Amino acid sequence: MPQSSIKDYLHESQLFLGRAIASGTLVLVVLAILVGRLFYLQVESHEHYTTLSQDNRVKLEPLPPTRGLIYDRNGTILAQNLPAYSLEITPEKTKNLDLTIQELSAIIDINEDDINRFHQLRKQRRRFDSIPIRVRLEDEEVARIAVNRHRFSGVDVKASLLRDYPQGLETAHLLGYVGRINEQELQIIDTSNYRGTNFIGKNGVEKSYEGLLHGQVGLQQVEVNAKGRVLRVLESQSPQPGDNLHLFLDMDLQSTALEALGDYNGAVAAIDIETGGVLALVSKPGYDPNLFVEGISAKAYRELETSLDNPLFNRAIRGQYPPGSTVKPFIGLAGLEYNVVGYHQETYCPGYYQLPGKDHKYRDWKKWGHGKVDLERAIVESCDVYYYELARTLGIDKLHEYLSGFGFGEPTKVDLDGELSGLMPSREWKRQRRREPWYPGETLIVGIGQGYFLTTPLQLASATATLANKGHRIRPRVVHTIEHADGTEVESPKIIDDLHQLDPMHWEQVIHAMSQVVEGLRGTARSIQTDHYRIAGKTGTAQVFSVKQDEEYDEELIAKRKRDHALFIAFAPVEQPRIAIAVVVENGGHGGSVAAPIARKVMDRYLLGEEDAG
Amino acid sequence: MLGRNHVTFYESQPAQASGLLAWLHIDLPLLTSLILLSGVGLTVLYSAGDKELILLQKQLFRLGVGFVAMFALAQIHPANIRRWSPALYMIGILMLVSVIIFGEEGKGAQRWLDLGFIRFQPSEMFKLTLPMLIAWYLAEHRLPPNPSRLILAGLFTLLPVLLIAKQPDLGTALLVATAGAFALFLAGISWRVITAIGMLLAALGPVAWYFMHEYQRQRVLTFLNPESDPLGTGYHIIQSKIAIGSGGISGKGWLNGTQSHLEFLPERHTDFIFAVISEEFGLVGILALLSLYFFIIMRGLYIATQAQDTFGRILAGSLSLVFFVYLFVNAGMVTGLLPVVGVPLPLISYGGTSLVTILASFGMLMSIHTHKKLLPT
Repeated sequence: MPQSSIKDYLHESQLFLGRAIASGTLVLVVLAILVGRLFYLQVESHEHYTTLSQDNRVKLEPLPPTRGLIYDRNGTILAQNLPAYSLEITPEKTKNLDLTIQELSAIIDINEDDINRFHQLRKQRRRFDSIPIRVRLEDEEVARIAVNRHRFSGVDVKASLLRDYPQGLETAHLLGYVGRINEQELQIIDTSNYRGTNFIGKNGVEKSYEGLLHGQVGLQQVEVNAKGRVLRVLESQSPQPGDNLHLFLDMDLQSTALEALGDYNGAVAAIDIETGGVLALVSKPGYDPNLFVEGISAKAYRELETSLDNPLFNRAIRGQYPPGSTVKPFIGLAGLEYNVVGYHQETYCPGYYQLPGKDHKYRDWKKWGHGKVDLERAIVESCDVYYYELARTLGIDKLHEYLSGFGFGEPTKVDLDGELSGLMPSREWKRQRRREPWYPGETLIVGIGQGYFLTTPLQLASATATLANKGHRIRPRVVHTIEHADGTEVESPKIIDDLHQLDPMHWEQVIHAMSQVVEGLRGTARSIQTDHYRIAGKTGTAQVFSVKQDEEYDEELIAKRKRDHALFIAFAPVEQPRIAIAVVVENGGHGGSVAAPIARKVMDRYLLGEEDAG
Repeated sequence: MLGRNHVTFYESQPAQASGLLAWLHIDLPLLTSLILLSGVGLTVLYSAGDKELILLQKQLFRLGVGFVAMFALAQIHPANIRRWSPALYMIGILMLVSVIIFGEEGKGAQRWLDLGFIRFQPSEMFKLTLPMLIAWYLAEHRLPPNPSRLILAGLFTLLPVLLIAKQPDLGTALLVATAGAFALFLAGISWRVITAIGMLLAALGPVAWYFMHEYQRQRVLTFLNPESDPLGTGYHIIQSKIAIGSGGISGKGWLNGTQSHLEFLPERHTDFIFAVISEEFGLVGILALLSLYFFIIMRGLYIATQAQDTFGRILAGSLSLVFFVYLFVNAGMVTGLLPVVGVPLPLISYGGTSLVTILASFGMLMSIHTHKKLLPT
């Protein structure tokens, strides 16, 4: 027994020793595999994983530049950046997005528009972007969110600078507004400079000067943790703020013009004659540009867009109106220049005009006629027949050539985006666009600023300034000075395109006639005469709706929107012109009674200042 | 001659070199390396836990409990351990059943049993009691075991494994299964049987797939292709590989691991602490650590070969190999060699129960090694 026990013992212990050695070998082999794996990861692929680890750790964050400010000529702020708090949600970080929104709306006011806009924005953004659901939070709302902060994941209150337009609708069309960058804009912009920028100028000055206002993006290398929280800044390059813009605009004048338009829709353009600077550029009705900054609600936008008053439309540079009789001084000048009329040479006006061998009667606004009329009377009393005759004598080619010199039919090239060119018709134009020859009757209509002839209010003001300047034509401009971040200033260029006028006498004569429009006993704008300074002007009426042959135009019976537009151009003081102005009052009726007083109020304000105004 | 051989064996024991250590039933090489390993663990934990002293305090306390358990078990004679084995096994099974019936849920699985004064995972103790039972059962008769005993021993293994897998706790079930398997392997079952069982397990793979929980399947799928789900379950493995790989040969330095300190690496102070070590100490550091582990395992296997009886051998061998499996499954998971299974890095990962079990198992190893009598010749 003991023998067998020892034998068993030996056998078992040897068997076990074998197994232990096998196990030890297994341990060794497995550890060798593990070491091989570690060698592969830490030596062979070290560089690869180091890169991945850096990518994890270091993030390049853009530092968006502060957008440049916009001032008027007196330093009144027109566009600024205000700190604002917005409530943002990162949908991927919430447990239940709909529930989160629902719970948030119990704490602060979140309406359906906010939610719709949020979902709309969400489609455009990348994953893990935070998306604003409410903007411009009140202090109290920020506090209320802070108190409940722990209940939500993926919800943040973010502070940012929001564009603000303190003058609201008064400067809406001129300045335009900024809004979120859309798909098309993304194609055009230098995306590296817009990293971190959410807004871009959509129209007006904001769009035209986007490149200067935006500035240069800065960058910082930051170390982030897995949750994306910035732990420290490793390296940083400051952004360069956008340039500030100082405009020629006089905010007082702008307000005055808007107010003077009263209940009418229309446009006022006022130009500083010496510089071509735009002193006022009003389009009425306006809208609140601040609504657009963080995205306007669909409902509010629909209301603006479908309104019959068309508030989004910038009448001052995009509104194309027949100039009516306001072109008469210019055509008069053409007559003098081409030597087809003398200043005192008379034409008989029976109240209508007929082309030789034609039955059609071209009417004068004065049914019974003006009698014998020379150029001065034709301007002062706005005699149509005189101009039918003058236009016929000049012919469309000379009319086109001469009026083009004042900028009719072409954009003024003002530093504003979206300007339309109006239309100065010609034979060429008609053949190309209408595939029809030019008819002599159409020349007559052009002679009184009707028919195909279209001008924008700014064009009219610019032409008036050129006339006041006696042919010294200066391109209108909105921006006076560009102020760089380092304090240096650059003035916008004064671009001159003078008319080559032969006889200075002709200017004096036409300007005299225009002054008689205000000062003469029969002047169509005599109601605005003032003792303080002398005004030269011209009234005009643009037909919205054509009156048939042998039909009376009865103001009372015609629906308001079909009434004529009232126009008035003017400059003052006559001796040393400082301001040129064009006023278009939509459906205003008569230029003399409706448009001229508006111009007078603006000129009073500019030339007399506050205390003497009114 | 053979007898003399035995005598020489005993006389060469280090336990007899020092009276005090022998009296305390301590194996000095094991104790030294275990303390060293715990020290490394605390150092790394300080970094991985973002210098939270609370974590260190708690871990230190657990280590204290573990070392006390180790000392206590080392005092118990192997014969007593053997005597108690079947009873402990039965108690363990009852506990597992009660966990399934009354257990508390934690992280979607029922693992904990609240005994009022202590909350613990009964599954954990099977890493000890299963090798004990198998060793007890097989040591009763001649080795290698005959087929019927082998089948019964297999069933003893399968019962707790299935109960634990049901909780579900795949990691522990796996460790308990390997503990049983190693006990059987060390008992000397023939290579033919081993091959047959291996083939049977391979065939059972698809069946196991069918019984797996969704998250377990997901882990296996993610293991096969971690990049398929970089923000979900694959995230752990990707970030862990980045941490290890970016550590390079010499590492980023203690407290300088960006992956861990910037929170990219999940579970960095528990299951993924191996990646923190690799990142901060590099290949050099991790090789030193693996050497320490290797030494402990080899010391354990050596103790097993020196054990006086079959029970001691099988138990000591199995416990050493379970320790090795801990290491391999954890390191394999963290380096992307194995699927993500919640197994801690022994003696280094932050966490209680496994730490105490492991130190307790070394207590038994010491007991086996230090309670010896000369055989009657």
